[in-house]
Amino acid sequence: MTWETVIGLEVHVQLGTRSKLFCGCSTNFGDPPNSNVCPVCLGLPGALPVPNAMAVRLAVRAALALECGVQEVSVFARKNYFYPDLPKGYQISQFDRPIATNGKLQIDSADRGPVAVSIQRLHIEEDAGKLLHDRIPGKTAIDLNRAGVPLAEIVSGPDLRSPAEARSYLTALKQILVYSGVSECNMEKGSLRVDGNISVRRPGERELGTKTEIKNLNSFANLERALGAERVRQLALLEGGGRVEQVTLLFNAGTGEVRPMRSKEESHDYRYFDDPDLPPLKVGAGTLEEIRAELPELPGAKRSRLMSVYGIGAYDAGVLASERSTADYFEAVCRLGPDPKSAANWIMNETGAHPAPEALAELIGLVADGTVSHQAAKRIYPELHGGSAPREVAARLGILQVRDEDALRRWVDEVVAAHPDEVVRYRAGESRLLAFLTGQVMKRSRGTADPKGVQAMLARRLEDS
Amino acid sequence: MAAATALRLAEADRARLNATLAWSEEALAAEAELIGRSREPGALQNIPVAIKDNIVTTGLPTTCGSRILEGYHSPFNATVIDRLHAAGAMVACKTNLDEFAMGSSTEHSAFGRVRHPLDPSRVPGGSSGGSAALVAAGVVPVALGSETGGSVRQPASFCGIVGVKPTYGRVSRYGLVAFGSSLDCVSVFARTVSDAGRVLRVIAGSDPRDATTLTTPPMALPAPRASLAGTTIGIPREYFPADLDPGVRAACDDALARMRELGAKVVEVSLPHSSLAVPAYYILAPAEAAANLARYDGARYGARAAVPGDVRALYRATRGAGFGAEVRRRILVGTYVLSAGYYDAYYARAQAARRRVAADFSRAFASGVDLLFTPTTPTTAFKAGEKTGDPVAMYLADVFVCPASLAGLPAMSLPIGRSDGLPVGGQLIAPPLKETEMLAAAAALEGVLEADTEVSR
Repeated sequence: MTWETVIGLEVHVQLGTRSKLFCGCSTNFGDPPNSNVCPVCLGLPGALPVPNAMAVRLAVRAALALECGVQEVSVFARKNYFYPDLPKGYQISQFDRPIATNGKLQIDSADRGPVAVSIQRLHIEEDAGKLLHDRIPGKTAIDLNRAGVPLAEIVSGPDLRSPAEARSYLTALKQILVYSGVSECNMEKGSLRVDGNISVRRPGERELGTKTEIKNLNSFANLERALGAERVRQLALLEGGGRVEQVTLLFNAGTGEVRPMRSKEESHDYRYFDDPDLPPLKVGAGTLEEIRAELPELPGAKRSRLMSVYGIGAYDAGVLASERSTADYFEAVCRLGPDPKSAANWIMNETGAHPAPEALAELIGLVADGTVSHQAAKRIYPELHGGSAPREVAARLGILQVRDEDALRRWVDEVVAAHPDEVVRYRAGESRLLAFLTGQVMKRSRGTADPKGVQAMLARRLEDS
Repeated sequence: MAAATALRLAEADRARLNATLAWSEEALAAEAELIGRSREPGALQNIPVAIKDNIVTTGLPTTCGSRILEGYHSPFNATVIDRLHAAGAMVACKTNLDEFAMGSSTEHSAFGRVRHPLDPSRVPGGSSGGSAALVAAGVVPVALGSETGGSVRQPASFCGIVGVKPTYGRVSRYGLVAFGSSLDCVSVFARTVSDAGRVLRVIAGSDPRDATTLTTPPMALPAPRASLAGTTIGIPREYFPADLDPGVRAACDDALARMRELGAKVVEVSLPHSSLAVPAYYILAPAEAAANLARYDGARYGARAAVPGDVRALYRATRGAGFGAEVRRRILVGTYVLSAGYYDAYYARAQAARRRVAADFSRAFASGVDLLFTPTTPTTAFKAGEKTGDPVAMYLADVFVCPASLAGLPAMSLPIGRSDGLPVGGQLIAPPLKETEMLAAAAALEGVLEADTEVSR
C-alpha cells in the first residue's frame, strides 16, 4: 500500500538589524555572554519595549519577497511561559494578527516539477536567551545576548510531499531571504532555525493525518534525514495497525533517530493576549510602496530574465541567479559586449574573486578574435586581479597567439628533425604520437601557437614525405 | 532643604505612620547636590517629592512593597524621576504601598500597613497610601503615586488632599513597575490644585522609551478662573446611589451648590455601564498583572528561595514565599481568565465591557458636558482590618474611580468637606487631554471652598 507524506515547515530567521527588536542593544554574534544587555532585554522592573523600525521594515521586505499580503495593522502579543532563558516570563510575538499572511514560494521538486508552496503567515517576534550547561560545573548559566534579537517566523502550508521537497523549500527560502537582504540565514550562528511538521495519509485523502513536530533541526541535511526517519517511524506504526500520537520530537543527528521530548519541555497554554506596552503596528500604503521599491529582483524573476535577455540556458541562468552578486557581475560583464555564453562559462568555471568586468570582457574578446588561445587565456585570468589589462598580461607572458605561417613551419621542421624515431613510429601507425609532437611544437612556441593549427600542419607535414 | 526634609521625615517615622519605605540623610544630601548643579532654577527648584516605591530610582531601593524585591536597586531612574530632577526637584523618600500597587487601603504591604494621619486606626486608602499620608501630614508638599484603578484619587479623598490622574499616555510609564500596563498612570498628590498642576506639567510629555506615550504639545498650566461661567458640569446619576454615605452626599451637594454659584451649568447625565467597570477591571488588570509579574522568578534579581530541585521548584518556592496573598490571588485570577477555553468568557467580555464604559463617557462629553462631577469614594476612610477579609468589599471602594481608569481619562479628587471629621473628596473627570481645563475648574472650586473653611474657622 502506498502512503503520501505531508510536510509543513516553521522557519525562524533572524532579521538582519544591528540592534535588538525592542531596545538598542547590539545583535552581534559571538560577543562575551551578557555583554549586549540592558534593562529592557533583561526584563528589569519598569523597563518598556520600543519597536525597532528597521526590524519591521525587514519583516515587510521578507513578506513582499514571499508574495504575502502585508497587514496595514498588526498586533504584538504576549506569549506567556516560564523558562530561565525568557527574562520577562513572556515572549513578545504576534498571534492572531500577524504582520503578513497568504504568500507563496516557488520550488523545483524532483518528483513533481515546479510547485508553489503556500506561506500561511509571517510574524515578528523576539528571540529568547541561551542556557549554557558547560560553563559552570554543576550549574546552568544564562546568556541573554540573544534575548530580544528580532526574528521572523515563516510558516508554510502543509504543501510539501517529501523530505527532499522540504529541503528544496528551505533552500529556496534561504536564497530569497539572503537575496533581499532580510537575513544572513546562517544556521551555525542561529540566524536560521527550522521545525518540521509531518504526517502521512493515503493518496487522495483530503483529511490530514495526525502530525508530529520535530524541533530545531540544525542543518539542511538533518532536516531531510529527520523527516525521513520520522516518516519511516509513522509508516511502521500505521502499517502495524497502530496510530500516530501528536507529539513533539527531537532529532538525534548521531543516531539518526527521533525521540519524543519530555512532557515538561512542552508548554500547553501560552495564554496569548495583546501586549499593552505596544500600540498596534501600522504599515501605511506609502511605507509599503517604499519597501517594495527597495526590494531587489528576486532569484526566480532574475533567472527568467537572464535567459531571455542574454540567451543563456536555464541551468546557467539558475547558477548565475543563485547569488545576487554573481548575477550582478555577469550583467556588468555582458553590458560591455562580449558573448554572454562565454561570460557565463568564465564566471561559473573560475573560482575565487572575479576580476573587474572590463578585464573579463576584454579577455573574452581576445579569445574570440584569436589574439590569444583559450589555453593562454586561462593563464592570463588569474593575473587580472591586480587590475592589469589582459592584453598587457598576454604580452608580458609572451603568449599572444602566433599565426605567422613561417614561424610555425620553422618550429614544425625543427621538431620533425629532432624526433626521427617518433616520426618513424607515427608513420608506422602509432597515431597517438601526433599529440606528443604537437606538444613539442607548442613548447617551442612557448604556448603562443594555436594548437589546432599546429596539429593540422604537423599531420600534413608527416604525410608529405 | 535636604536637612529640613530629613527632620520632617524623622518626625513622620516617630509618629509611626509607616508611610516611608526608604529614605536617608545621605540620599537626601546626594539629591541636593545633584539639583544644586543646575545653573538656572527649575520649575520645582528645591521641592522635595515623595515617590511611591513602585517607581524606580537609583538613589534608593525599589521594593514595590514586596518581599520578592527586597533590597532591589534599579540601575536606572524612571523618566518621571529624570524630569523631576531636571526641574530642580529632589527625591525625598520612597513611600509604602499595597504590594505591587494591588489594593485600596495600603494594608497589603509586606512592610506593614500605613496609618491615616488623622486617625491611626483608619486606612489612608491605597494603593498609594504612603505618598498620600506624607502629603496630608505635611511632611512633603507633593508626592508621586500611581494609578491603575484609582490608587491616587481614592487615597487623596481619604486623606483630604488633591490627587490627579492624567490621561493615559500623558506621562511616561518608563520606570513605573508594571501592574496593569494598559491602565497604569504615574499620578500626583499635592495639598493644592495649583501645586498638583505644576508637578504634572513637569512630568508630562511624550517619551521615546514608552511607546504608549502620546505626542502632544506641552501641558499648559491653568489660568486662574474666578468663575465657572460657560462651563457645563455633568452629574452622572449612577454615582449617587440611594445608599451613598449621607456625609459624602452632603459634601457633594454643597460643592455642586458652590459650582452653580460660580456660574457653572449643572446637568444630570447617565453613564449606564458604570457598574461594569469594577468587574471588568478585576479581570483585565489581573490578566496583565499575571504576565507583568512573571519576571519575578528569582533567576536574575530580587529574592531567591534556597531550595533543592529543578528550576520549577525554584520558581514555586521563590514566588510562593515572595508574593503576598493579594498578589497571589490576582496572579491566579489573571492566569485563569486568559486560559484556553476561558478567554472568551472572561477576558474578551471584560474588554467589551471596557469599551462600553469608555463609550458612555464619550457620549456624555459629546452631549456638551465639559466635566463630570462625582464623589470620589462611597465612604470616608474606613477602619484598618474592616475589609481585609472580604476582597470584593475592598474592590468596591474603587467603584467611582475605576471607570475613568478603564477609559484612560484624566480625573482628579479634591477635598470638598468633612463627614464626622474625616475628609470627603469630590471627583472631576475630563475628556482626553483636558487636564488644564479640569485643573482650572478645580482651582476655582477650591478657592470658594477654602474661603468657606476660613469663615467657619
